[in-house]
This record gives sequence, C-alpha cells and structure tokens, in this order.
Amino acid sequence: MEIHEYQAKALFREFGIKTPQSTVVNQADQAFEAAKKIKGDGWVVKAQVHAGGRGKAGGIKKADTPEAVRKVAAEMIGQKLVTAQTGQEGKTVHQVLVEAICEIEKEFYLALLLDRVAQKPCFIVSSEGGMSIEEVAEKSPEKIFKLTVDPLCGLLSFQVMAILKNLNLPLSFFKKLSALLHSLYNLMVQKESTLIEINPLVRTAQEELLPLDAKMSLDDNALFRQEKMKALMDLKELPLEERKAAAHELSFVKLSGSIGCLVNGAGLAMATMDIVKLKGAEPANFLDVGGGVDSEKIDVAFQILKEDPNVKGILVNIFGGIVKCDLIAKGLIKAISVLNIKVPVVVRLEGTHAKQARRILDNSGLDLSFADNLEDAAQKIISLTGENGK
Amino acid sequence: MSILIDKHTKLICQGFTGKQGTFHSQKALEYGSFLVGGVTPGKGGTNHLGLPVFDTVREAKEKTGANASVIYVPPAFALSALVEAISAELDLVVCITEGIPLYDMLRVKQFIKGKKTRLIGPNCPGVITPGQCKVGIMPGYIHQSGPIGVLSRSGTLTYEAVWQLSSLGLGQSTCVGIGGDPFPGTDFVELLRLFNQDEQTEAVVIIGEIGGELEEQAAEYIKTEFKKPVTAFIAGSSAPEGKRMGHAGAIISGGRGTAKGKQKALADAGAFIAHSPAQIGITLKNSLKTV
Repeated sequence: MEIHEYQAKALFREFGIKTPQSTVVNQADQAFEAAKKIKGDGWVVKAQVHAGGRGKAGGIKKADTPEAVRKVAAEMIGQKLVTAQTGQEGKTVHQVLVEAICEIEKEFYLALLLDRVAQKPCFIVSSEGGMSIEEVAEKSPEKIFKLTVDPLCGLLSFQVMAILKNLNLPLSFFKKLSALLHSLYNLMVQKESTLIEINPLVRTAQEELLPLDAKMSLDDNALFRQEKMKALMDLKELPLEERKAAAHELSFVKLSGSIGCLVNGAGLAMATMDIVKLKGAEPANFLDVGGGVDSEKIDVAFQILKEDPNVKGILVNIFGGIVKCDLIAKGLIKAISVLNIKVPVVVRLEGTHAKQARRILDNSGLDLSFADNLEDAAQKIISLTGENGK
Repeated sequence: MSILIDKHTKLICQGFTGKQGTFHSQKALEYGSFLVGGVTPGKGGTNHLGLPVFDTVREAKEKTGANASVIYVPPAFALSALVEAISAELDLVVCITEGIPLYDMLRVKQFIKGKKTRLIGPNCPGVITPGQCKVGIMPGYIHQSGPIGVLSRSGTLTYEAVWQLSSLGLGQSTCVGIGGDPFPGTDFVELLRLFNQDEQTEAVVIIGEIGGELEEQAAEYIKTEFKKPVTAFIAGSSAPEGKRMGHAGAIISGGRGTAKGKQKALADAGAFIAHSPAQIGITLKNSLKTV
C-alpha cells in the first residue's frame, strides 16, 4: 500500500524529522489561505498522487505570491496528471500540498527499502539527487551507495559515517545525519514499511538537512496489525474497477487490450496474458480470482469485464487445486446468463472436479466454446473475436 | 529417489483442525501421505481425522516421531508456528499460509540460520513426490512418478506445467513450489543443488516470474555446476511496465527482474526457454534428446 507525500511527512514529524512547513488542501481558495499562513519567500504547490515523476510532468510548481499559489492549485486540482510512473491513463489530482520554499545548497538522494537479495533493510544514497536519479544509477553506478542494515544490530555509527562520506557532507553534519537516518530506520521498522524514499533530500543554506519529498510504501500483509497505517489508505488512487475487484478480494489490473481474462492464480493469470499476446492479440486485463473463489466473485469478475467496452471476448482459464471446477462452472452459468454476456466466451477448466464441470456446462444450453488446453484456448478466443494480428 | 520428501516422511500438520488444515489433511491421507497427527494449541489430547492432536510441535514430534510439518495457520500466527517448528528441529517445514507480514519472514530467515530445518514457502502450493507423499494443496491426480524435477514460484501455473508433463508421459521426481513471496524459505539454487545429487531426476523445469532475482541466481548456478538439462518458463513477459512508486526499486534491481532479462540469463546458462506457457512440456521433452 502506498501513502501520499503529506501523510509520509506527517509520519516523519512524528518520528522527529524536521520537514518544510506545509498544508494539504483540496480547494484553490484553501491553497491561497494556506500560503498566507506559511512563512517564507515563496511556495511550491505539489500534486498529491501515488506516483513519482511529478516534477517533469508539471505536478510540482513554484509560486511567488498567495494569488499565484491559488492559480496553480486551481490548475492542478481535479485535473489528470500523467507521469512516467502513472501509466497512460494518469491520476486525478484531488489534493495539493502547499509548502514553504527553501534555499537549496545541494540535492541528495536517500532511500530505505527491504532488499529482496540481501533480505535486509537497505539504505540507498547518492550525492547526485534530483529528478534524474535513475539516469545517474544507470550511467554512473559508482555514484550510488548501498548499505544494508542487520536487523539485530540496527543502524550503527560507522554506517552513518559511511553514508556521510558518500554524500560528501562535512563532519559537522554527522549528528544531524545520524538523527535523520535513525528516525527513518525506526519509522520503517515500526510501521512495517517496504520503502521510504526522499528525493531530494536537501542541504539548505541554513545548514539543515530537509526532506523535500517523501514517498512511502507499506507492507499490505501487515496492515491487519498496523491500523493507523491502514487508515491512511486513499481508495481514490485506485481505478473504479480495481476498487470494486479489491472489495471482493479479486486481484485485477486493467490493461488496454481486447481479450478479457479470468484466471485463478497470479502466475497462471500472467501466463494466460502472455499466450494471448503471443497469438497476436492484447489482453484487456490481469484478473486472478484467487483460491477462495465462489459464485459471487465470478459474478463480480464478469461484471467488471462486461463494463469494459474494449472487451471483445473472454477467456476463462481455471486450473483447480483448492478451487473446485464444478463450483466455477455453476458460477459461470449464473453470471453469463444473468448478466447477458454477448461476447464469445472460451472456457478451459482443468484440475479438481473438471469432468463434472464440463458436464454442467454442456447441459447449460449456453453458447460457450471449450478448450482442452492453454494453446487451444488462446487460439479459439482469438479466432472467435478476430483480434489477431493487431 | 526424490528430494525433500518420500514415503518415509512422517508428517504433522500445524493448524490441523482448521478448515484448510482439515480439508488438505484429508486429501493428503487419501493420497497416501504418511500423516501421523497434528497440532492445534488448546486441543491437545483430542482426535481429528482419526489422528492424535497435540498442543505443541515438540510433543507431536516426541509422540509420533514426525520429521516434517505442513503449516496452514492464519498469517497472524505464522511467525510463532514457524519458529516453533524450527525450534523442534524438524527436517522439513512447508508453509502454505499466504499473507505473512514481510518483517515476520525476515525474522524467520534470521532465526533459521544455522538450524537443521529446511523451510519451503510461505505462500506456496507445497511439495509432492508423486506416488509417495503429498504435502500441500496441489491436486494429486495430475502428477505421475518419473524423472523430471519441477521448481516453481507459482501455484496454478505449476499445475499447468505438471499437467503438460504428465500428458506427454513425463513423470516427476519431486515438484516444489517455493512460493511467491519476496522472502522464500528456500530458493531455486538450493533446490537445484538437491536435484543435481538426486539420481532419479534427469531434467528440471523452472517456472519463474517477473520480479526479484531468483531466476538470475539460478542461471548463475546452472552455468557453473548443474549437470542436467533445464527448461525454463518466465511468466509475465506481457505485463506492462508497472505503475510504480519512486525510483528505489529500479535502482536496486539495476534492470534485472524483467522477463527478457531472466530468459536471457537462463538461455546463456544453457537452459531451454519455453516462450509460450503452452510449450513447457514439449520444450522439456525436446531438451531430453540433447542429452
């Protein structure tokens, strides 16, 4: 789960990290009022969406007067912001953060994440922070410094020193840097975060270290015991159909193609998309109905597929393990007849109770096509929809 | 021969009397797995499915001689169940539970270092040695005994691969689902090592997925030490460049983790790549001709 910059910065303050003065608002007039109350030589207005790349996409703008803050906020709020990390469809800006501007001496990059390879928390820092950090990582990997922290020892002072040196900071910054890194580490572990990223972290003219941005992700699996974090969830960040799917414990991601896919298991769902693409068509979605699928979930899945005007045909691929195919078959019949699905449907059922399922579907009187294997299934849905070679 | 489990494996089930534990224990018994009892704290001394229930893993081990456990407890209790099973010095623990907090798994990974227990999973379908022992949630009937080792990060996609193999008359020595979580108990390399030693196993299928570096690490091992033909399929080549948050993921992976990168690493190591998920079985069959 991801949270907004303003939420992450509030957590920073809770953990003793100083941040620039700021207020989050959802109306231009409020932005104007907020700017008047925040001291400084100017303000920056920042779109609050769950994605990076805002700066390059016009989601972060400076303003010199409260009137200018209002104007910029009015231009952002309610508009779609498309960045390199949002996908083509972009994200609607519902809130902006109005923040005091500060005098920047130097920009750094600082992140803390759970490293899958080291299987430990890992700091990533660079003296070359800012908007082109990925380019730096690719072209000058020596400018990126990684440091893993043993969870039993926690962050140690020699590690702070190593980070200080890599950021080319003078020794006078040791205490400030140490406090910042320890606070971030404690925040990460206590809230069970998978990522905290500050880009840029700046050294100000006043010799302070300030996080100008904050990105934070949390472990979905831990939300059951992190109720305060769960409360930070912003459902508006999810597309409507993904919200609907999530409410029924379906894992759904909308894509731009025309072949609707309904599959159990994430790996098989990806493989089903892969074969649709290999056969020359494009999948309309990723949909994993999971192990606990029942008639109601099948119904919701078909509703979501039906609402997508791009869907020209539906491929159902179920390999029953925990899932019993005969239950799926009954759910299919109900969903297809009640929802009056008109597009071609190809069904491939294998595994637990597959034979019973086939009998149930054969006797249903519905116009379904059956496939005996994955190859056959992909071939059939593509010839029925004529969606090949696009 | 086989790896990890065989007909002598004496199995207990943690979360035995729960819905999942009950259903899959019944299936395991029907398959012929040597299930000798189970653990549900507070229900010790009772019977379930005709087998004894214990309060702790240690008691269950002492009374039954069990050397392996399968865990079906809910995520909130998994850390305790895992550390309990490892503390009781079982040889093998297979954790089916999905949704365990990542920090709990980091604790388990630290705790298990230097201990004798091997952990498979979590969030996995389990392990099966066809005809001998089934530990987990996979449908037993799609498997046949034979010379092919199967390793996978996925659940149902593993069944798909096994089904293709069995349809071609290619039975399996042992099939292991290592699980789809970022911190699996056992990775591909450790299991390839076991298959390398196993006389029954003549060839191996690896079912990978986008994300992480387990496949790249496997490729490195295959290149230097693995002696048997490997067929690999990587799911997710059609997945669009994901919506993401920040740059740290891209920086830490340094371009690794993509389907193309994994396929290339494995192909460079001499593995046979199935480009379509429908051709996993046939690609493996063809790989045998090259031996």
